[in-house]
Amino acid sequence: MFENFITSLMTVEGFAFYLFSFLTIGLFSVTVMSKNILYSMTSLAAAMVLVSGFFFLLGADFLGVIQIIVYVGAVIALYAFAMMFFDATRDIKEKNTNSFVVFLLGGMSALVLVLMFAAPIHSNDIQALYPMTEGVGNAQDVGMVLFTKYLVPFEVAAVMLLVAMIAGIILAGKKMNHSITENMEIDNDAKDEIMIQKDKE
Amino acid sequence: MIGLSHYLIVSAIIFSIGLIGVLRRRNLLMLFFATEIMLNAVNIAFAAISHYYNDLTGQMFAFFIIAIAASEVAVGLGILIVLYKKHGSLDLDDLASMRG
Repeated sequence: MFENFITSLMTVEGFAFYLFSFLTIGLFSVTVMSKNILYSMTSLAAAMVLVSGFFFLLGADFLGVIQIIVYVGAVIALYAFAMMFFDATRDIKEKNTNSFVVFLLGGMSALVLVLMFAAPIHSNDIQALYPMTEGVGNAQDVGMVLFTKYLVPFEVAAVMLLVAMIAGIILAGKKMNHSITENMEIDNDAKDEIMIQKDKE
Repeated sequence: MIGLSHYLIVSAIIFSIGLIGVLRRRNLLMLFFATEIMLNAVNIAFAAISHYYNDLTGQMFAFFIIAIAASEVAVGLGILIVLYKKHGSLDLDDLASMRG
């Protein structure tokens, strides 16, 4: 087992795999455990980039590029914009109810998942539905399958993204004329003072 | 050599990190981060199976998962902003308004 690990570290693929896996697991743990939202978002962005490394290793070049563009370019940027609404620099105070149970549950589910995935799969009967074409790049291959066999789900996904965009605009755009991070009581006091001044006049 | 089970085990570990995050955190934004982690773990598993069975279906599913994750973030962040305007915090315990 251990010798196998060492020999696989010697190959380029094995070294890259272990590097990416240790880094992603560490960075995702930081994301989950960190008290500061800014730290956890930064480590989430870094881990997303490293996850795309897995996709490049697996020969899914187009998926890796999409991962970088969509996750790091759009999703993390959206989170960064949203965090400007909230108080991001402050540490989160939250009471962690009985974290022993949580770690027990998480560890148990990890164990079950690993056992399920590591179990010998009787996979000789599985046949490729859309096999990869030889001598064609991954992006072209993906395009050929996506725009022939998966055209309807693709269009439905486009409509879903449009609906999500409209929903995001409508939800976030309501009452944008007054700031939400300012303290409401101070706001009310200021309004009262203005009213008093007007009354005096 | 690196086999399919290596990738699946890494994917399972990352998925359970996300699960621990969902169970442990009380801040809604952190719950969203943990959800993203779980979606990414599933994407790794799909890409690995797609590579080792020489089949493109796994990558297709990963694309649609990415699209769903993007729209989930757009709608979810809108809801979070509305919640923050209403309650002034993103803590799940503060938001519990129905007590049985």
